[in-house]
Amino acid sequence: MTTDAAGLGKARASAFVLPALALIAVFLIFPALWTIYLGLTDYRLTGLAAAQPRLVGVDNYTGALADTRFHTSLWLTVLFVGGSAIAGQAVLGFTIAWILRSRRGPVRRLVEGVVLLSWILPSSVVAFLWIALLDRSGGTLNALLGTPGFAWLLDYPMLSIIVFNTWRGTAFSMMLYSAALENVPPSHLETARLAGASVPQQLRDVVFPLLRRHILTNLLLISLWTFNDFTPFLLTAGGPEGRSEILPVYVYNVALRGGSLGAGAAISFLILLINLIMALAYLRLLRGRRRSQEAAAGGPPA
Amino acid sequence: MTRHVLGRLAATAFIAVVIGFFTLPMLWLAAAPFDDTPTITVSIPQFTLGNFQAILDNPYAAGSIVNSLLQAGGAAVLVVVLAALAAYALSRVHVPGRDLLLYLLLLMSSVVTGTAAMVPIFELATRLGLIDTHLGVILVVSGGLLPAAIFILKDFMDETPTSYEESARVFGATPLQILRHIVIPLVRPGLSTIGVWAMASVWGGFLFQFILLRDPEKLPGSVILYTLYTEGGAPKLDLISTFSLLYSLPVVAMYLLVSQRYGFRFHGGIKR
Amino acid sequence: MISLRDLTKTFPGGVRALDGIDLTIGDGEFFALLGPSGCGKTTLLRTIAGLETPTTGTIAINTTDVTTRQPGERDVAMVFQDYAIFPHMSVADNIAYPLRIKKIAKAERLAKAREVATRLSLGDLLERRPSQLSGGQQQRVALARAIACHPTAFLFDEPLSNLDARLRLEARTFLKRLQRELAVTTVFVTHDQAEALALADRIAVMDHGRMIQVGTPAEIFQRPATPFVASFIGSTPMNLLPGKVTGGALHVAGAVLPAGALPDGSEILYGMRPEYADLALDEREDGFPGTVAVLENLGTATLVTLEARDRLIQVLVPEGDEPPIGSRAWAVPRQRRALLYADDTLVG
Repeated sequence: MTTDAAGLGKARASAFVLPALALIAVFLIFPALWTIYLGLTDYRLTGLAAAQPRLVGVDNYTGALADTRFHTSLWLTVLFVGGSAIAGQAVLGFTIAWILRSRRGPVRRLVEGVVLLSWILPSSVVAFLWIALLDRSGGTLNALLGTPGFAWLLDYPMLSIIVFNTWRGTAFSMMLYSAALENVPPSHLETARLAGASVPQQLRDVVFPLLRRHILTNLLLISLWTFNDFTPFLLTAGGPEGRSEILPVYVYNVALRGGSLGAGAAISFLILLINLIMALAYLRLLRGRRRSQEAAAGGPPA
Repeated sequence: MTRHVLGRLAATAFIAVVIGFFTLPMLWLAAAPFDDTPTITVSIPQFTLGNFQAILDNPYAAGSIVNSLLQAGGAAVLVVVLAALAAYALSRVHVPGRDLLLYLLLLMSSVVTGTAAMVPIFELATRLGLIDTHLGVILVVSGGLLPAAIFILKDFMDETPTSYEESARVFGATPLQILRHIVIPLVRPGLSTIGVWAMASVWGGFLFQFILLRDPEKLPGSVILYTLYTEGGAPKLDLISTFSLLYSLPVVAMYLLVSQRYGFRFHGGIKR
Repeated sequence: MISLRDLTKTFPGGVRALDGIDLTIGDGEFFALLGPSGCGKTTLLRTIAGLETPTTGTIAINTTDVTTRQPGERDVAMVFQDYAIFPHMSVADNIAYPLRIKKIAKAERLAKAREVATRLSLGDLLERRPSQLSGGQQQRVALARAIACHPTAFLFDEPLSNLDARLRLEARTFLKRLQRELAVTTVFVTHDQAEALALADRIAVMDHGRMIQVGTPAEIFQRPATPFVASFIGSTPMNLLPGKVTGGALHVAGAVLPAGALPDGSEILYGMRPEYADLALDEREDGFPGTVAVLENLGTATLVTLEARDRLIQVLVPEGDEPPIGSRAWAVPRQRRALLYADDTLVG
């Protein structure tokens, strides 16, 4: 490409880029850096430490790392990501894409339509749909199963939010795998079929090797988004008794509800580090692949 | 042969289960808003449109739609304008370190999530006096949306041949004329996509609005939904279901519009 | 008139795209920049347009120095290889665009667009979108837009390369007639030697950022200044055979030819166009011997490839005169058509 087709000039080009960069710097990059500082103080939302925060060094970090509530939260987050993103969204999304790949017409459009709809609805609306579905006294699920009075959100909070997030996010995996499966040459599958390979053998020998990159991309992105997903807060608020308190909810409860901004910032920083590892792995995957559409990742469902 | 038939049967059964699983939670949204006395159970409604009247009468519900429009619209305009300018300059003028810059921005936008940044964002907004303002919400969400928006728009701009601009330039058009007459019309599909995407993300967004706004007069629809309780603490189901339906329709309409007009260009995680 | 003085362009990274270009293009002249891809011809055209800034040297249009002027201030119009017709504007708006920039009132500029469009047989297409036009129509819209702004000079970048083969011949004739009628100085870039020969009043052959030869099509075709030009010009490649002068005679590929004024011992490259040779089936001392290996039918003539000891020699014979494959034959160069090169320059 030639340089400067419109004769913009360096000065005007800088003027075009700067406002966007300034906004990103103030509201994205600065907060990330500030987290590090806040995490080293005993800053509180109210009270004496709110007016004059003290530097407490790595106390917040050692405190968090020794806190069983943090351990529980971390473990629940691993369950949440493993259960809803990897075992849920990725597996279900791939299965749907695989079964729909040779179908056209209204059935395919209906399936894609409902899966996509559950993805694009506003998260607060979606949360209420699930509250209504799982409600103890009059929920649709209890009416359907004939188990009146069963409190899903209280008795099985983790299972509830895992199934919920599977429902919520499968669309992305389904679409990614649908697009990827279109690029598997039919002749490869036909060759395998002619050789007498069963469906699992076809998947193992033909499809998965070809889709390796797509699968890795998909797993990294949905893990990153699920790891940061705040929506379960709207279903269980972390309860009962912290039994569904995944890290995003934990930070909110500690910092903004409990008022310990410093401690919350320390946890935030740990989340940032984990995000960074996942994002670096993802961007490493992208490199070499020119101008990938998936690179346009916007982030998790807000 | 039996194996094949069984396979077909299993696939059909699977499709039926998938449709059931994804539709079940939505049935309530289709039924309850029109029900005279909605419960939490899905039932054949005693048909009424009275719930929609009740929404209009609720002091905060109607106002929250205006708030949502202000916040989502404001953020969409800000993101489209700033991202378009930046993407254009980055696509057309070779700035040293450009690729590294884009790489870092993309990295930051996926790493600095609402979850990870809620404490400093809350602190920052407090110190800048942005708590309980529409502007605060707009600036904070725009900061998060901009990197991906710049990235996608730069892709659009890179795909546009430079000969259009050079041609106009030889005819004597100034850079701003070129932008107005040539570039903006050419990348309009990209601008619309980004605009709708930003609008839909903010419209459905919860976390930032939830922590940055306290005043019920400023709350957008996505948050006000959680205030629709009676004094006794029971959810006002008639209002909640109706409001949910009303609040979802624009998002669905926007997606249909973009996919109809411009085809669904699969931008990975363009949905936030 | 366009004058280029000592023009040099070095791209960041050290690629030297233009290297000491000196050239004067006369008023109303139809001038071709010809060369293989990467020779600098497009860079030269873009430098005249002002889209590239020369590293050193000056550009003058009608005696006004425009070296530092913006492209829009040079009073030239450019037609791009992909035509660059704005897809979001109608044909009329496209043609009127230069006048819109000059702030001419809407009614007036649309009337002017209609006038130019009619002249280029586009009168019925004014309301169409570019995507609804054929390749030939698009090319004419691009021409019309260039004409509408009444420039001092036209700059065309490969104006015919996006058309299919048959249409290209039609468009070539059309373009030449149009340029004659308008009598506006025109510089065009092409990699197709036949196009350059057919259209241009004068041609500059370029290679590696330098101008190798400037001349009329006849001069370039008949007296190519270097072996590079010789092999680049002509629809069938020229035979270039190494030879040596000994004993007052020139020995080339098995033939003995008069050496003229060349001193004994000089090593030369002997150039012979396939069109300027005859095929003899009897032994000739002044012919290059070989075995007939390939016959390629070109319609009115056949290209015969002879296999000599260590090289191939090609001769064009009239239809019906093809020798049998495998037979022995001699390629005899015609008098005064042969070209002799020593050290990359024409010596005879």
